[in-house]
Amino acid sequence: MQPNPPKTPRAILDAQGVTKSFGAVQALRGASLRVGAGEIVALMGANGAGKSTLVKILTGALRHDAGTITIKDRPVRFASPAAARRAGLVPVYQEPALIPDLDVGQNLRLGATPVAPFRHWVDALGVTGLRMDDAIGHLPLATLRILDLARALAMEPDVLMLDEMTAALPTDLVDNVLRVMRGQADAGRAVIYISHRFPEIARICDRATVLRDGVTVGDLPIVPGVEEEVVELMLGQRMTPAVAATGRSAAKGTARLSVAGLSLGSKLAEVSFDLHAGEVLGVVALEGQGQDELFEVLAGFRRAGSGRISVDGTPVAFRHPADAIAAGLTFVPGNRADALAMGRSVRENIALPGFAAPRRWGPIAMQAEATRIGAAIDRLQIDTRAQGEVRRLSGGNQQKVTIGRWIAHGVQTLLLFDPTRGIDVRTKRQIYELCRDLAAQGAAVLYYTSELAEVPQACDRAIVIFGGRVVAEMPAAEATEAALLRAAYGLAVAT
Amino acid sequence: MTTGTVQAPFARIGRLLRDYPIIALLVLLVALIVLLQILNPGIINQRWIGNTIKFAIPLAMLAACQTFTMYTGGIDLSAAAVATITAFVMATQVPHLGDAAGIALALVPAVLIGLLNGFGVGICRVHPLIMTLGSGLIGIGCLQVYQRSTIATGSAIPPVLEWLGTGRTFWLPNGLWLFVPFAALMLFIQRRTGFGRLLYAVGANEGAARLSGLRTWQLYFALYTLSALIAGLTGLLYAGIIRTTSLSLVEPLLLPSVAAAVIGGTSIFGGRGSYAGTIVGALILTVLGTLLTLLQMPEGGRQIIFGGIILAVTAIYMRLTETG
Amino acid sequence: MSGWLRRNGWVAALAFAFAALLVATKIIQPGFGASGLESLARAALPFAFATAAMAVVVIAGGIDLTVAAVMAVAGVTSAVLMRDWGVAGTVPAVIVVLALGAVIGAINGAAIVLSRAPDIVVTLAMMYVWQGMALLILNGPGGTATPWLREVILGGVPIPGLRWLPQAAVVLAFALALVWLPLKRSRPGLSLYAIGSDQTAAFRSGVAIGPTKVLAYAVSGLFAAMGGLTLTLSTGVGEPIPGPYLLAAVAAVVLGGVALTGGVGGILGPIIAVLILRLLRLDLTLLSVDPNVTTIIEGTIMAVVVMIGGLLAIRRKRA
Repeated sequence: MQPNPPKTPRAILDAQGVTKSFGAVQALRGASLRVGAGEIVALMGANGAGKSTLVKILTGALRHDAGTITIKDRPVRFASPAAARRAGLVPVYQEPALIPDLDVGQNLRLGATPVAPFRHWVDALGVTGLRMDDAIGHLPLATLRILDLARALAMEPDVLMLDEMTAALPTDLVDNVLRVMRGQADAGRAVIYISHRFPEIARICDRATVLRDGVTVGDLPIVPGVEEEVVELMLGQRMTPAVAATGRSAAKGTARLSVAGLSLGSKLAEVSFDLHAGEVLGVVALEGQGQDELFEVLAGFRRAGSGRISVDGTPVAFRHPADAIAAGLTFVPGNRADALAMGRSVRENIALPGFAAPRRWGPIAMQAEATRIGAAIDRLQIDTRAQGEVRRLSGGNQQKVTIGRWIAHGVQTLLLFDPTRGIDVRTKRQIYELCRDLAAQGAAVLYYTSELAEVPQACDRAIVIFGGRVVAEMPAAEATEAALLRAAYGLAVAT
Repeated sequence: MTTGTVQAPFARIGRLLRDYPIIALLVLLVALIVLLQILNPGIINQRWIGNTIKFAIPLAMLAACQTFTMYTGGIDLSAAAVATITAFVMATQVPHLGDAAGIALALVPAVLIGLLNGFGVGICRVHPLIMTLGSGLIGIGCLQVYQRSTIATGSAIPPVLEWLGTGRTFWLPNGLWLFVPFAALMLFIQRRTGFGRLLYAVGANEGAARLSGLRTWQLYFALYTLSALIAGLTGLLYAGIIRTTSLSLVEPLLLPSVAAAVIGGTSIFGGRGSYAGTIVGALILTVLGTLLTLLQMPEGGRQIIFGGIILAVTAIYMRLTETG
Repeated sequence: MSGWLRRNGWVAALAFAFAALLVATKIIQPGFGASGLESLARAALPFAFATAAMAVVVIAGGIDLTVAAVMAVAGVTSAVLMRDWGVAGTVPAVIVVLALGAVIGAINGAAIVLSRAPDIVVTLAMMYVWQGMALLILNGPGGTATPWLREVILGGVPIPGLRWLPQAAVVLAFALALVWLPLKRSRPGLSLYAIGSDQTAAFRSGVAIGPTKVLAYAVSGLFAAMGGLTLTLSTGVGEPIPGPYLLAAVAAVVLGGVALTGGVGGILGPIIAVLILRLLRLDLTLLSVDPNVTTIIEGTIMAVVVMIGGLLAIRRKRA
């Protein structure tokens, strides 16, 4: 609101040249962050930039290798989160640090939080009707985030750190949070605000510190139009313009996968769409809008409450992933660690689905297997220098293994859940091309992505889910980031 | 700053140990034998070697139960009970039914306990350690009831089992006629069959295996039934070696069987290991047993040493996987 | 109110089941009275302590397979000390044994924290270590128990009108309350629940995971030592071979409403569960079922309880 103060005020938190390695991987190579009294600083960086490592070091969850961190000019080196709290730095995470099996009062006692200020902040943040003996496990996530924040505020910290805590928070609560944060800063505290949401950052932050590849690459005052500069800094290069998608109209005839009126508790409401052979259908949604549940239902991990799924016109009901696979629906989950046997070889990981059925438990034709897997590895250009253990591969190559597993066994319908999360640009391109290739060969691909810019590059068509409903559908040519974002926020799409 | 790292010598040795545990194990085995020879010169001869192998065989077979269940992150603490039950039922049924039918019948309770374990672990998702501990105790309880009903009928060990258990070909024990094909089969299963691949995969990441279409309960049923059958086979051989049966015949081999698998480099957390290592582990423990007897170590001390070995080896492997 | 019921409904149901079982026992055996209650309480005593020991650790998200072995160590140690130190040395002997239990438990906890291996593996290894230790202390049943101390868990409360109440039950309630109630109300006690419920959230809330874990195992060791001590008192000798307390404790903990996944439940539920399981055994004996068959039935009940507990945990996760 009062951007770009002429001179940075007295630093409350000052981290300079912080480094941290995990084995051979250097996560931080010189990260710096300076927050003065009365300032709100946005900490920004793409996935894998080292943001979370820096957060962990500042909050005492990890210890840094080199560099200095001072709080109010006193050098600190936290041995634990408790030590960081004592020094006056209190974090609030996207995942609330509250114990699900204890009630509110017990959680406060656990953290030695004074009750009266806590109550004050809960009221100020707009949560009503809270009882101290409410069990945490029975409260909605949005309330928990507010409680976690109120607890942090009650500690009267010198430095407050918010890590993506407004994600999927209702708008009115977000407003309250932003207002309270500004108030904290005006009261002379320092606030570190970690978020991907430019509108929020523009509203309350004074400066943005940008990390890339473990180094602080920029520290900019927030002024109108700074977004482009920040994005450039985060990416290290100009964003490539969207590759023109083929934009073919959807195939006619029976859909490969047809979903009609799918509902699941409060997560999915009457979701319907068709996915045709030869098509890549993008799915866009903000975090927690029901996309996880949709993919889990389609992959056979959970059953829908009501609705119908048909494959090639035949109704199907999945009780287990094996049923979905039998119907040709193969799933690549968002978290690679969920899909891979990390300690086993590339070959074993790719070959895995071939042994699932008991009649395939017998002897393996080793030569044939080697040929088949070699072909899949070649097609995906998997870097096989470290193929003894998938654990030792890069994230991009790991992702290729999870996709390659299905390619080696013949793809009919591929369900990709955010396949490019946290992987390098080159591999991302390869994955887009792969999707296009698969579609050209007659496969159908359902492609959820958290990066809106990917839609025109990989997809033919996109649907947008908001609050468990399909709120928009558009061909790739119209799927600009602005259009998708408007729809993803539940705003009407201009037609 | 570069991203290159200097690996501590410990880490390098650690990786070697993890990737080729069998080399380190063989070194350890030879070291123990040398130590034995120093402590008691002249003890190492053909007869001693034959005896060591003879007693290592049932241990290595029982340890196969642990090795295979550990691939999936499990364990089979009912193995000794199953072996004991099989041996006891066989010995008491052979006088009635003849050799072949008696042996076949004796394997029925083994299969039943294996199915029970598979049900508990695969369907009810009880931790294998608790499940197999419980099923073993239930099994022994049933055996006690059975014993009272057959107290008068006497028992007999079929000649073929005595030949396997006590006979020698040249100076080598006849048990090898059973064990060599057995070990070859186990190594084949773990390396060259879909079943073996799935065991490792489930141990490394059960979710990934399910994602790949595996109905894990099917695998657990098959695994624990296989384990119980191996235990039953071990019980039959052991009855041939000891030439009698009792209600706690194979019980003393349970803890060493776990230790043999762990020492042999099989991760108790699943996803890693080899039966080859287990075989060497069984030999090491047998030699260690001789050594402890020589040192007149009481039973309590042995248990402490075995427990300590399991703990130490697990902790070391834990560190190795973290640094690797 | 609904909160109270939600949290304590299962305990109430167990208490009701126990009462119903008592009535059934009275029907089977009309002579069942104060002496029956007394022998039930005395037989249940070591099981109850074993269960309490297991419950503390399970609440903290772990599992302690050493319970029976630690009981054996405490049992033989107390028998040897009471034999060697005589009547005068009885009180110091008790203190030494209880301290030993806490130290053993702390060693278990420290081994878990330092090795970073799962609880179940470390305590499996330590189980053999402590079993071996018990055998080293006493190679076979031996030692003695001081007579006046034995009488503490014998008979009814020597107060008119309360003679039906077994002393063993009073000892149990007193010992558990003395340790558990202050603990549960304190911050370390909350920390036990916290690390069992959600280790990451606990860590971020500033709970020291390692020390809390060690504390859980130390308390567990203390309860196990009480169990071993009462075992020696009720039999009069120290027995180095561990009794059937491990699986029984796991079953009672599960039956008592403590989730094996941690963070949920208390100690009262498991204790009532122990009484139910013991009373069931008594009833089977009264119905003149072969003791070996009784063992099988008991084992089966425990296995079934654990399996149902597993199924419930799956359902809870899906819900």
